Amino acid sequence: MLLINCPWCGPRDEIEFTCGGEAHIARPADPAALSDQEWAEYLFMRKNLKGLHYERWHHSYGCRQWFNAARDTVTHEIHATYKMGETPPVVAGEDGVVKGGNS
Amino acid sequence: MRRYSIWSLLRNARSYHEGWAEAWRSPEPKPEYDVVIIGAGGHGLATAYYLAKEHGIANVAVVEKGWLGGGNVARNTTIVRSNYLSPESAFLYDKAMELWPGLSRELNYNVMFSPRGLINVGHSHEDMTELRRRVRALQLNGIESSMLTTAEIAKKAPILDCSPTAPHPVFGGSWQAKAGIARHDAVAWGYARAADARGVDMIQNCEVTGIRREGGRVAGVETVRGTIRARKVAIVTAGHSGVVASMAGFRLPLTAYTMQAFVSEPMKPMLDTVVMSSKLVSVSQSDKGELVIGMSTEPYASYSQRGSLPEIERVAQTMTELYPCTRRVRMLRKWGGTVDVPVDASPIMGKTPVENLFINVGWGTGGFKSIPGSGFVFAHTIATGEPHPLAAPFGLDRFASGRLISEHGATGALVHGE
Repeated sequence: MLLINCPWCGPRDEIEFTCGGEAHIARPADPAALSDQEWAEYLFMRKNLKGLHYERWHHSYGCRQWFNAARDTVTHEIHATYKMGETPPVVAGEDGVVKGGNS
Repeated sequence: MRRYSIWSLLRNARSYHEGWAEAWRSPEPKPEYDVVIIGAGGHGLATAYYLAKEHGIANVAVVEKGWLGGGNVARNTTIVRSNYLSPESAFLYDKAMELWPGLSRELNYNVMFSPRGLINVGHSHEDMTELRRRVRALQLNGIESSMLTTAEIAKKAPILDCSPTAPHPVFGGSWQAKAGIARHDAVAWGYARAADARGVDMIQNCEVTGIRREGGRVAGVETVRGTIRARKVAIVTAGHSGVVASMAGFRLPLTAYTMQAFVSEPMKPMLDTVVMSSKLVSVSQSDKGELVIGMSTEPYASYSQRGSLPEIERVAQTMTELYPCTRRVRMLRKWGGTVDVPVDASPIMGKTPVENLFINVGWGTGGFKSIPGSGFVFAHTIATGEPHPLAAPFGLDRFASGRLISEHGATGALVHGE
């Protein structure tokens, strides 16, 4: 069972939350100007990172706020949670290598 | 290839079964092949076999990170069926269904295909509406499927609680008689042995670390055992498609999730059909007597290959509610696999932005049942460079054109474990 630190409510069990997938996908400034291929890239294509992953979570059975989490998709370790609109934190891995920036 | 038969069994019995030849070679990779297939799972091996058999392309290597057949083809719940909603999926899965009955004979390897029938149980009016819609769509597509009443389900699956006071009341269900189960490992081993006999090289413990491109065309793969050049490369990975695609510089419209399953201790025969409940629990009884219990995907992206406790708790509770006689049954083992689920829950097969690089990925929770059909049509795609008619609707281009093939219903409310 994961313990997820909601930025609004504090640590709660994972069953209270819903994962909303990859975070920090910016909506195109001028959607009408996009080609079909560019629109598909925005709508559907995802990074599928193995390791550190920045993603959206929803505290569905709690405060019902959306927030972001920096989570490892192999170990499931949650390095940080932060509110919507905040800059993604830079996370140092076990090897000391900084992996931030949601690349 | 030394054929397996009653005579070979008797002959080897005389030498105490010490004289059996290895089922396939373990060759060193050659510097160059016509086709390199990434991933020696069910789909990769079937693709290699049909490339050699149907298209005469035997200068093929199947490279595998771990051991042959050690991924999702060994981690599923062995269900075979073709009751999908859209015509595109129904015909694609039915191609596999057409090949399953003859597969043991074709491969000279007993895949233990057992068409014991499959029930989809509905527990609400909404479920029944959905099941009726799917059955009628199947019938219009000429694929056998029918509805069942609660009484008929109670007769086919006596261990399911069909009483009026059941925690999950049974409203009825749908039925596909030609569906069933098969021996999962045997499918991988059978295809590997048959492909090897036609000259295909299976290269295990050979992780791909990069995809070599020269002027927009694929030129081969970089592996931990050196560069292997190839005219064509096919990505047939079940759980790491996004990772491998990123090596070639493009992204895929899917997410990798963990899916679990578990098996009980062996018991006397109690269930001679496959039962999938809309409560996202599927059950069949293996030939050894174990109940094989399929679950749904975990709700967040994961490459962990192990499942979480909340899902085990949910399924254990639902199991004992649906099948009260299993309350004191002990579970032997559980496992998790990584499944790539595209946004429309339908596979992605065909060309990629890189010339001569093909993909056959995103089978999500339904990969096992489709192995023969997928291999057959994908081999055609690689050999001719153009998608097989059955595979054409499943190209990566559907995400730009908007012709998605939504199968969230047929694969389960979230996604159904199989």
